[in-house]
Amino acid sequence: MKFKDSDIVSMQDFNKEDISELLKYADYASKRKLDKPLSGNVLANLFYEPSTRTRLSFETAMKRLGGSVISIDSTQASSIAKGESLADTVRVLEGYSDIIVLRHPKEGAAKMAAEFSKKPVINAGDGSNEHPTQTLTDLYTIWKEKDKIKNLKIAVLGDLKYGRTVHSLVLPLSKYEVKIYLISPQQLRIRSEWMDRIQENKAEVSEKEELRDIIKELDIIYVTRIQKERFADVQEYEKVAGYYKIDKEILKKGKDELKIMHPLPRVDEISPEVDETENAKYFDQSANGVKIRSALLYKILGG
Amino acid sequence: MSKKELRVGTIKNGTVIDHIKSGFALKVVKILGVDESIEDVVSIAMNVPSKKKNSKDIVKVEGKELASSEVDKIALIAPNATINIIRNYEVVEKNKVKLPSEIVGVVKCANSNCITNTEEPVTSKFKVINLEAVKLKCRYCGRKIEEKISEYIV
Repeated sequence: MKFKDSDIVSMQDFNKEDISELLKYADYASKRKLDKPLSGNVLANLFYEPSTRTRLSFETAMKRLGGSVISIDSTQASSIAKGESLADTVRVLEGYSDIIVLRHPKEGAAKMAAEFSKKPVINAGDGSNEHPTQTLTDLYTIWKEKDKIKNLKIAVLGDLKYGRTVHSLVLPLSKYEVKIYLISPQQLRIRSEWMDRIQENKAEVSEKEELRDIIKELDIIYVTRIQKERFADVQEYEKVAGYYKIDKEILKKGKDELKIMHPLPRVDEISPEVDETENAKYFDQSANGVKIRSALLYKILGG
Repeated sequence: MSKKELRVGTIKNGTVIDHIKSGFALKVVKILGVDESIEDVVSIAMNVPSKKKNSKDIVKVEGKELASSEVDKIALIAPNATINIIRNYEVVEKNKVKLPSEIVGVVKCANSNCITNTEEPVTSKFKVINLEAVKLKCRYCGRKIEEKISEYIV
């Protein structure tokens, strides 16, 4: 894809070469102090849902590149509370900014916003659909930790049905020669649309309910939060949430070089005792978000 | 088309949509956007005895030649329908409906959390991903509709 002036809506728009170009550029740029190449540019953060990492990492990235940031992060304190449509809001913001970063609870919101806006739109999460910049961050982290993506054995664990970071991640992963284990309780299995898409590609994919059986084979475990609100029965939730808890004991069954990733926020799916181990990479992953978003902003606005 | 089949009378000029699956004529009319604002004479015949199938539905629109692009979307629910253009009581053109590659409007996304199911000024758009057993994929949220498409007709 051509990055300059592009919308970033879905990982389906990226091929392996695009991903490689971006990861390499992020690595290159993170080792140098760039001379404020986006000076004079304005990024508009438009968040209809709470966010810590995505919103602030975009803000940090833009400011480090010399640009500035305007934000709507409380829909109650803007015209959205008066009933303004998303289509109108993005057309207002395109007059004030050079790029719009959007998080919205409805699936397909970023695609629609990109059709209305003349300025590039970056999808920062659309309902349970996709979260492409998180995925680019995840791929960067895997690449930096393992020096490759190809031939790895990667488990994606937790809420595979509603987890947008999962959907965006499994698609590009499936284009590499990797083995993907999708581990979830029955009721949170990945939707058939996503399974169909990943099975079109090269990866070997298998669905499991248990982590313990396969942990010794794994290079990466990508953990996601199991959302309590998805369960009608609290006891049912507690049963499955317990299954997937990562602690030091289960880590003993894995390889020493096993890396644990998580898009965060976590609740209790990774025990705090794991934080101090060499396996824990989720805070590095979070920090990588600034590098990858800087690279993306530069490629879209300045590259 | 034999006179025997023309239960609601012949038309001088216009369009006859024939071979609609029995019971689907009202949905076809809905897809075509025929509502109380239409001024043309529209006749609907349902459960008409048919040689090929046991029965069929027929829709006739008088005084208006519907273009294939207007009618093709009915292939979603009436894949065997034919469009007959009538001029001076003669069939001058006869085409089978052909499903277009994209369906705009007409179908509502099956995903209640899709942006197209909100008050936003956006029309639903679906890519037709399988022509045999019709499957649709929402351009916005990616959700597929694989069966019971007629239930999602707006």
